[in-house]
Amino acid sequence: MLSQTHDTGHMASNENIKERTTGVTAPHFLVHSPKDNVGVVVVEGLKAGTEMLGVITETDTTLNLTAKHDIPIGHKVALKTLATGDTIIKYGEDIGKMVGDAGEGDHVHVHNLKTKRW
Amino acid sequence: MASKYSNLTFKGYRRENGRVGVRNHVVILPVDDISNAACESVANNIKGTLALPHSYGRLQFGEDLELHFRTLIGTGSNPNVAAVIVIGIEPGWTKRIVDGIAATGKPVTGFSIEQNGDLKTIQDASRKAKEYVHFATELQREECSISDLWVSTKCGESDTTTGLGSCPTVGNMYDKLIPEGIHGVFGETSEITGAEHICKARAINEEVGERWYQMWKAYQDDVIEANKVDDLSESQPTKGNIEGGLTTIEEKALGNLEKIGRECKFIDILQPAEKPDKGAGLYYMDTSSAAAECVTLMAAAGYVVHTFPTGQGNVVGNPIVPVIKITANPRTVRTMSEHVDVDVSGILRRDMTLDTAGDALIDMIVRTSNGRSTAAEALGHREFVMTKLYRSA
Repeated sequence: MLSQTHDTGHMASNENIKERTTGVTAPHFLVHSPKDNVGVVVVEGLKAGTEMLGVITETDTTLNLTAKHDIPIGHKVALKTLATGDTIIKYGEDIGKMVGDAGEGDHVHVHNLKTKRW
Repeated sequence: MASKYSNLTFKGYRRENGRVGVRNHVVILPVDDISNAACESVANNIKGTLALPHSYGRLQFGEDLELHFRTLIGTGSNPNVAAVIVIGIEPGWTKRIVDGIAATGKPVTGFSIEQNGDLKTIQDASRKAKEYVHFATELQREECSISDLWVSTKCGESDTTTGLGSCPTVGNMYDKLIPEGIHGVFGETSEITGAEHICKARAINEEVGERWYQMWKAYQDDVIEANKVDDLSESQPTKGNIEGGLTTIEEKALGNLEKIGRECKFIDILQPAEKPDKGAGLYYMDTSSAAAECVTLMAAAGYVVHTFPTGQGNVVGNPIVPVIKITANPRTVRTMSEHVDVDVSGILRRDMTLDTAGDALIDMIVRTSNGRSTAAEALGHREFVMTKLYRSA
């Protein structure tokens, strides 16, 4: 991971996080940093309602989350409730702001997240 | 300190100036757009030669013209090229390129079309090209140290899997091979936006970091701010990036920068197509983020192998430099396997470590350097694209 950090994330306190056991099944989503408030779906054909297994790669810890939408591979999922104006953290860094609301397990993309640049 | 990578070797072509190539091309190089036809005719006449047609070379001036010469001279000078025929419409600029390439000591001859016509030029150039093919095909590969390799990187059709898997794989390779004395380079100035504070901090010292930041900021102010008509939401990130799940330029930039690993520091900043001269190490080159332009500029700076992480499946190649494709996206592996040289999708399933992925890439770099054709070479991808800075006169 890149070394810079921000102090705006909250995932480190998420009670769903637990130490990872070896040999677990392939995860449905990955999270770069414990500071992140979004994860990335890494399986094809993910359907709403799926009880997902996630792994935070930096700490090798797992978390569980229920998908609220069909989310394509590579697309982001909200790890917590996100309101318009909230800063989105990925890689432990600011990647833009919410321009719509999202609940935990919702799809986060161009319809509700936008750059702060340009 | 010796590592398990210190004794890596490959079989390459050691050129007259001591640099080592991994390919052995005889290039037919046009000075300008209107000499493409003659070059392609020579390449058709003489098997084993390679014409590099392009779109420019007339009425350019200033820095744009300097970049044109630097790119063409650098392409001919690349150690993957054994010998060069240069053809231009007139003798002046043709000679300038011939003289630039001749500084490497490799065989090079120029031909100009005015007062000869295409047909006589093609005949004369074809005879010389045939001599060069005989010369090149008698050259032998010899064992070379890994430190003789110059390895560039640029990613394309990125998605969120590039930041999770394929870009960190390249970063792991650089963390292992830069200490062994290879030359590395990364760039893509517009695509650092959102991660500029991190990139600046990866300079070898504050002076280089500040020069990097001023270069990045100048691009923001002079190009993006001066020309934008919207927030670039469909250009950077691209429509392909968005399809793959990338939403913002900041997100894309953070994934992009994973290519320089965790340890490497860049030691200098290169102009487009500029040859590095500070010795072994990682360099930053001020390039576009467009794949073919960027790879062409890095090849012109003398890099001989390119590592190309992709998510959604960019298919780019280069005529003189093998482009190794790495992907972590299982859908791309499933639907576009013919384009993939290194599959690191196991990183997403958590059944492949980054260390294993980095070693797999290093193995593919060595095999490619020994002569294995990349997917892009086998599929005939030869994108040679000059970077143009502004309108011609």
